[in-house]
Amino acid sequence: MPISRHELEHLCRLAHIALDESEMVDMLGQISTVVDHVSRLQSVDTEGIEPTAYAVPIDSVVRDDDTELSWPTEAVLTNAPRRYGDFFEVQSIFE
Amino acid sequence: MNGPYVPVVGLEVHAQLLTASKMFCGCSSRYSGAPPDTHCCAVCAGMPGALPVVNARAVELGLLTALALHCTVPRASKFDRKNYSYPDLPKGYQISQYDDPIGRGGFLDYRIGDRVIRWGITRVHLEEDTGKTTHTDVDGREVSLVDYNRSGVPLMEIVTDPEMRMPEEAREFVSALRQVLMYLGVNDGDLQAGSMRVDVNISLTGPNGERNPKVEVKNLNSLRALERSLAYEIERQGRLLAGGETVEQETRGWSEKEEKTVPQRTKEYAHDYRYFPEPDLPPLVIRQADLDRLTGTMPEMPMTRSGRFVSQYGLTPFHAQVLTRERPLADYFERAAAADRSVPPRIYANWITGDLMRLLGEEQRAAEEIPIPPENLAELLSLIETGEISGSAGKQVLDEMFTSGQAAHAIVERRQLRQVADSAALDTLTDEVLAANPGMVDQYRKGKTNVIQALVGQAMKSSQGRANPQVVRDLLERKLN
Repeated sequence: MPISRHELEHLCRLAHIALDESEMVDMLGQISTVVDHVSRLQSVDTEGIEPTAYAVPIDSVVRDDDTELSWPTEAVLTNAPRRYGDFFEVQSIFE
Repeated sequence: MNGPYVPVVGLEVHAQLLTASKMFCGCSSRYSGAPPDTHCCAVCAGMPGALPVVNARAVELGLLTALALHCTVPRASKFDRKNYSYPDLPKGYQISQYDDPIGRGGFLDYRIGDRVIRWGITRVHLEEDTGKTTHTDVDGREVSLVDYNRSGVPLMEIVTDPEMRMPEEAREFVSALRQVLMYLGVNDGDLQAGSMRVDVNISLTGPNGERNPKVEVKNLNSLRALERSLAYEIERQGRLLAGGETVEQETRGWSEKEEKTVPQRTKEYAHDYRYFPEPDLPPLVIRQADLDRLTGTMPEMPMTRSGRFVSQYGLTPFHAQVLTRERPLADYFERAAAADRSVPPRIYANWITGDLMRLLGEEQRAAEEIPIPPENLAELLSLIETGEISGSAGKQVLDEMFTSGQAAHAIVERRQLRQVADSAALDTLTDEVLAANPGMVDQYRKGKTNVIQALVGQAMKSSQGRANPQVVRDLLERKLN
């Protein structure tokens, strides 16, 4: 079990996710499997190999600074949990 | 004033880049005044599955800044995800740059009086702006309203080295940096509107070199707020330490009303950002040819230009600094000075920094909106230099040129402002002045000869500034003696 219950609770807080007891147990197992796998990858000797963050050998995909039509506001707001006029309305937060 | 403590200051400056479209999508980045959520699409509103594509111009503007700040630019750079949950960030992460920024290890030289200061630049990186939240009350519920128009606007972050600096030095640094960004055309320098934002980190080092916790101050939307908040923190932290207490590491905000910093509640746990390379964006390879091209387009920087104005045009350092504060004003001066070289450059500097800037101030216009073409100013000053019109008539003409946009000679002709040097006309004029002011004539003859000034003034007034003051003076003196 390479990830502790305490670490999982911390992750949940960061992600704003609430898990019940059985989900906690489930997740501990699943995330531990992932971390185990990464540990195995880390054991590979990469001495002398240039680090890369990407699997596909392409670079510098850019676009010109041209504007395009934005979406209709109604479409933008489709997934709003609540709306107030044309604003997204969310639970009160602080700066 | 700080007791045994020395302040160590680091600055983080965020500047929106002056592109037409956003950092990763084609929505317009000119969101000011737009109704909420009208400049959004799948990418900048954080719809699942939407794919970002990097704005090439934003990269150029970032590189231009990195070069101007003498940074080392890597051959390859990449973007990373900075993860945190906050409603102004629709994706749940901000695309930023973590360990491969586009610039590292530079500096900015700037001047306070005769002193040149060099402040180190740790890094320059590119990222995206967040949406804008407003906290309000809707039907008795406390809510936050979010507008994503600003979400995804190209943002550049410039981080300085922590250095032992006083509040005035920090203020002048930001002022100089702002000038550089505006000269480069990468940012509009509007601290008030938030297109340029400054956060500051401040800690005190004790007499034996011991470091104390640092405090971050946010919400600094003016140079004055920056200077005042630093002074306040140096005083506050110094007092705590002197009293044997410790400084709490925290984020504070500047309260304009109370003239002090106040603790800010911050995003809980937000400092665990779990950065990782952005899988949706392939790395950026930066070619030397592109850097060379950008270097070729780089304008002369304000401090260099100010020095040149002194050496090339013989201006005072004061005039040189005022004129180079904004690039359009410096350009204006040089175009006018080149239009008629028979007028000495310092005359242009006098008129531009004096009357012209006064007119701009009165109309609250920016330097790029001077309604008088530089050649027309040159013509006006030449009319004054050659004695065709008097300096005071010149001021009237300038006022009218400013409002009507007409050329100097047209206004001079229409208002008949050509200086009268013709002695017959001035003979009558001076006779009239002497007849109307017997008291002063009397005083003059009793030895109070400086009343001549007032008499010349009277003559200038009744000629509506057209009389040649030297000729008038000579005539008056001759008649009085």
